[in-house]
Formats: sequence, structure tokens, C-alpha cells
Amino acid sequence: MLDVYKIREDFPILGKKVNNTDLIYFDNAATSQTPNQVINVISNYYREINSNIHRGLHSLSADATNKYENSRSIIKNHFGASHEHEIIFTSGTTHGINIISSGLEKFISSKDELIVSEMEHHSNIVPWQMLCEKTGSKLKIIPINDDGTLNMDEYKLLLTSKVKFVFINHVSNTLGIVNPIKEIIDLAHKNNSKVLIDGAQGAAHFKINLEELDVDYYVASAHKLCGPTGVGFLYGKSELLNSLPPYQGGGEMISTVSFKKTEYADLPHKFEAGTPNIAGVIGFGAAIEYMNSIGFDNIEAYEKQLLDYATENLKKIDNIKIYGDVDHKISVISFNIGNHHPSDIGSILDQYGIAVRTGQHCTQPIMDHFNIPGTVRASFSFYNTKSEIDLFIDAVKKASKMLG
Amino acid sequence: MHSIQQIQDQIIDEFNFFKDWSEKYQYLIDLGKNLPEFNDSNRTDSNLIKGCQSKVWLNSSFDNNVVIFEADSDAIISKGIISLLIRVFSGHKPEDILESKIDFIEKIGLNTHLSQTRANGLLAMIKQIKIYALAYKSKK
Repeated sequence: MLDVYKIREDFPILGKKVNNTDLIYFDNAATSQTPNQVINVISNYYREINSNIHRGLHSLSADATNKYENSRSIIKNHFGASHEHEIIFTSGTTHGINIISSGLEKFISSKDELIVSEMEHHSNIVPWQMLCEKTGSKLKIIPINDDGTLNMDEYKLLLTSKVKFVFINHVSNTLGIVNPIKEIIDLAHKNNSKVLIDGAQGAAHFKINLEELDVDYYVASAHKLCGPTGVGFLYGKSELLNSLPPYQGGGEMISTVSFKKTEYADLPHKFEAGTPNIAGVIGFGAAIEYMNSIGFDNIEAYEKQLLDYATENLKKIDNIKIYGDVDHKISVISFNIGNHHPSDIGSILDQYGIAVRTGQHCTQPIMDHFNIPGTVRASFSFYNTKSEIDLFIDAVKKASKMLG
Repeated sequence: MHSIQQIQDQIIDEFNFFKDWSEKYQYLIDLGKNLPEFNDSNRTDSNLIKGCQSKVWLNSSFDNNVVIFEADSDAIISKGIISLLIRVFSGHKPEDILESKIDFIEKIGLNTHLSQTRANGLLAMIKQIKIYALAYKSKK
């Protein structure tokens, strides 16, 4: 098991005071905090090797290129991709989804259908609605059950011969529920449909093997995995990425340019037009290495303890309703207390220095399903402690009492 | 009838009694609970103020040369804040509302206790109040 108090020393922000009390950061599903090991790599990049990558002949550029490409190798190995060129650096999950939704336009016709679920983040709904508008194709929705899980029977019924693509999140950002993506992918493949998994919430909490999953596309963001904001990756199977048109034109993504004909570069550069977020990518690699030094098995086991401890104690509070309280989930708890508005609870928790998220969490369809204005969402990470959870539970009780 | 500035000064005096944020919040919660009931027929989309995490409805009417405001929210702390705004602005002439300088929010220390989301919502409410006042002024 991990030594949480030793780990906390790696995160300078965790020592911060908010509203004159110690910060308790339970908004990890929105963004995770950054350890010194990542902060130092990023600041050293600007101090020591800042230069543009790939075409420079000089030593600095070679050094920066090596470190940038080394991050690709770290990410390829960590996520179990078959090839490094299948890892495309993006500005984040949303960017990855948009590369695919824009690239698929020429493959989709008005006869086709696409599938998303009721529990998707807006960023895994809106790009597909835009694609449907452009192509005349139809978007079908897998409903959720009242416990928050995906209705797999409905999914099977929706999977007709018209379905070209299925877009599902690995883990619900609002409910924390881990979806049975292996089963979803296998069923889709039997139906000759391709699958994109939105891994924004999944990637940070357990080990993933893309090759074993046999997923067609997988997208995630560094900032949920102790990395910097503004960087993420898109994984795609080589033959699929090769078949897609480039997303943006510019430098880096070409092999030859003339006014007669421009040849695009091979993967991964075809999708990395312009100067990328070099420091961010190098920081992303450092973040994955940092998390692996703690160990994803340790992280998963410890976060499960935090989840169980918090769930058990929250349930003792009068009139609490937890959404998505099922076995297979990550350390995210979405709840409401009686008819109190989640923003009221959140505002009071903030006064106690506790950072949680309140509202719809960019998942309006889930809120409509449960007919609620939003939830309070507490999300824990491996650097959180049981004593923080005790203070949080106590503050929730006080908030509930204040609101009467 | 007190002027907008006099009412703001009264509120500032009242908040001076509170020792810490929890007393201020408790007061806002109590104000929210005691806000007069909002007419259901006014709970329309056009009365909904954009920019708040909670839903806020603001309705106005013009009677005897003064603007009357009534409002509601699905969140109780928002209702408490609305209650203060109604106390400050309701029953005044459009031109007085437009000329008023709102300083009580800062002086009672509410701004430091509001998240950015909530502060934006508050600004949106004040803006809407002034838009109504402007509309009534130009109608006259």
C-alpha cells in the first residue's frame, strides 16, 4: 500500500490554505494536482532545452525532440498501444474527439447511424451531433438504468447493421461508474462498427491495455493524470488513422509542399500540425512515470478504500441520495441532500476549504434522467486521506444543518 | 422611503454584527427562506437570468412611477442574495436605480465569499435590474 503522507509532500498545492483553513481538494475528476516531479520537468524544459522540435540540427533541438518523442514512447508503453505512431498528441480529450469527428465526415452518409450513451460528457455528444447535422446521419442513445449503469440490453437492440460507430466513455465523469467497455467493443466489432472510447476519467485510475481492449480509438487528457493542462493523446489503430484526412494543415504535418501537390507526413505527424505543446508533452510523460513509480495497482486499491470509506459515512447522513452507487466505479461520489440545491452545499463546503464540484458536470442528459438541477460531486485521488474525508463528512453535515 | 444608498448602509450595518462567514451565510439562508412567494406564472424562460449555476427568475412591474421587483431561485443562498437586491432596488424610480452605485456587496464582504460562478450570477442579476429600469425610463 502507498504512503499517502509521503506522497503528499510531492504536491506543493496540497499545503495551501483556502478561506483560512487547510485546502481539501476533492475535485480531482475535474483536474488532478501536479507533483514536483512534473512541475520540475516542465520548468527545466524552459530553463534548459527550450527549442523547436523535429527539424532543428542543433543540440538543443535534438534534446527537446528526444524528450518529446520519449513521452510518446512512455505513453505507448503505459497504455499498451502496438506502435508509437498510433499515439497522437493533442490539446486534450476534446481535441482528440474532434480530430475523429471531423475525419469521419467523408465516411458517413445519411443512411448511417451513430451511437452514444445518455451518460456522456457534452464533449462526447456535441461533436457527434455536429457530424450528424453535416452528414444527415442519425444519433442513437443508449439509455442508463436508474442505478446509473448503461442499459446493455438496449445497446444490443440499437446495434443494427446501420451503425457505423459507437462513442462511449470509459468512466462516467459524473457518476464514476466504470463501463463494460470490453463487452461494448466486442459487440460493436461483431456488428462491423468501430468504437471510440472517451478515456478522460478512466486513464487516471487503473491500468489500461489498448491492444487487449482492441479499441479503435481512445482519447484522454494529461491533466487528469497529474500532468499539465492543454495536452492529451489520441490513440487510433494505424490503418484507421491512415485512412483519416488530416485535421489541420500546417507545418510538421507535411512531407513535401508545392503549389501543384502537397504530400502529407506519415503518422503521427500527419495529425500534429504546427509547433506542439512540447513542454506539456514532456510533462505528460513525466506524470505517467510518476504515477507508475507509485504503481497503478496501489493507486486503484487505495482509491477504492477512500471511496468505500466516504460512501459508507456519507450514507449515514439524513436524506442523502447518492447517484450511481454501484460496485464497479472509481473514486467519484455524486450526491444530493434532500431538496437542497447542490450549489448551496458546494458554497458552504468552500467556506470550509473543501473543493468539490457542483452542477451538471457537463452531463445535462444525466440530470434530466434523474430530474435534478445538478449534484455535488466529490472525487478523490491517491493523495487524499481518510482524515480529509472525515472533515468533509463533518462539513456536509454542518451544511445540511445550516440549510435546515 | 429610504434612498437606495440609505438601504445599502443599513445592510452594511447589519452585517457588521456578524462574527464570521457562517453567521453571514446563515442570515442569507434565513432571508432566502423568508422571501415572499413568487407567482408561478412569472416563472417563465424570459424571466430566467442567464449566467447563474442555480436558476434565478426576476420579474418586474411598473407602478406609480416606481419599479417593483420580485424574484425566485431554486437555491437558497441565491434567494438570500436576491432578497437583499430586492430590498435595495424595489420600489424606486427607474432613474434612481440607474444612477445608484452598488457598494454593499463588497462592504459586507460577500464578494470574497462568492465563487466566481456565483459572483458572475450576481452581476447578471444587477445588470438585469438596471435593464428593466432603463426600459421603464424610456417608456415614460
